Amino acid sequence: MIKRFGQLGHTTLELLAGLGRALIILLSAITHMPNIRKGYPLFVKQVYSVGVLSLIIIIVSGLFIGMVLALQGHGVLIDYGAEASLGPMVALSLLRELGPVVTALLFAGRAGSALTAEIGLMKATEQLSSMEMMAVDPLRRVIAPRFWAGLFCMPLLAAIFSMVGIFGSHLVGVVWLGVDQGTFWSVMQGDVDFADIVNGTIKAVSFAFVVTWIAVFKGYDCVPTSEGISRATTSSVVQASLVVLGLDFILTAIMFT
Amino acid sequence: MSKKIEIWVGFFVALGIAAFVSLALNVANSGIQGGDNSYQLYAKFDNIGGLKVRSPIKVGGVVVGRISDIRLDAEDYLPIVTLDIYEEYNQFSEATSLSILTAGLLGEQYIGLEPGFVDEELGIGILQPNDYVEDTKSAIVLEELIGQFLFSQSED
Repeated sequence: MIKRFGQLGHTTLELLAGLGRALIILLSAITHMPNIRKGYPLFVKQVYSVGVLSLIIIIVSGLFIGMVLALQGHGVLIDYGAEASLGPMVALSLLRELGPVVTALLFAGRAGSALTAEIGLMKATEQLSSMEMMAVDPLRRVIAPRFWAGLFCMPLLAAIFSMVGIFGSHLVGVVWLGVDQGTFWSVMQGDVDFADIVNGTIKAVSFAFVVTWIAVFKGYDCVPTSEGISRATTSSVVQASLVVLGLDFILTAIMFT
Repeated sequence: MSKKIEIWVGFFVALGIAAFVSLALNVANSGIQGGDNSYQLYAKFDNIGGLKVRSPIKVGGVVVGRISDIRLDAEDYLPIVTLDIYEEYNQFSEATSLSILTAGLLGEQYIGLEPGFVDEELGIGILQPNDYVEDTKSAIVLEELIGQFLFSQSED
């Protein structure tokens, strides 16, 4: 019985210690925002590997999700002669929910896992320790540029995703299924507010924050063995996805009720 | 190599900003629309129902233009609708009548245009750009229709 309590206490303390380490990393990443002169090349390189290389998967999945939404929505709406509402249905679901959430999930899988694995391998091969030996702060040199690049890229990716998705729904709805083009756009413009775009962007920024935070923390905190890296990468993707979905529910409840 | 990365990053950022701008302008609230190959007519209605900017204008089901603006007359508080008619359809008579119709039972509303005749002797000419179309029929509001029906039933 005493042993059980001991285990519980141990787990709780581990959890709290992990949270504390994660917070420390987060704080130092935020305070070490890359400065314009020295941090700029590092930041640009990370934007390339985190943002530009994620572009293809974002565009392709945005296009197909938009097309599928239009196809399914049209099938239901046509029964009520309400296929004019296809535009706002697609645009609102993309801007409010699917754009930020699916982008965040893809981002966690495409960029977050890469961040975790890269930082974890740096730790396992003791590159981080050697940086410290040379009086280079790995938090400033490695973690901060990656964190800021992720925070910067994901909202842009989410906007691209929504735009491509709406374009895909236009392709299916207007070009293929024959919804009137003017009706499609005018009803969409009537129903979508600028506030929807702002709220979607707020969502995208918060998801970017948690996904990159989890990714860099898992990498920095991993057990420096090959097994530890693989475990850290998996749990980075899994935890980031779960947190994104949970956070999305909370944000939706706050924003749209 | 570094140059190539910078170009790609610049491309990515530009694409992202373009996505934001086009979402804001096109999806939420359209800003600029090219109306180069069309001319304007105006019409005053009593009630436009669910008519919206960019709703189509149809003659016998064929789209001949779109609504570009809806506002309220400052004097008599009646809605004034600006019609963008495509340049190729420029022979409408002054006896043209407009009515607000609904696509399907609950569908989107559009303007149905009934092109009247041209008779020089009676002094009915062709509509010039920026003319007002005099003969307009308001939208049918379902609630008013039901109210009238109930009223006429109670009289019997």
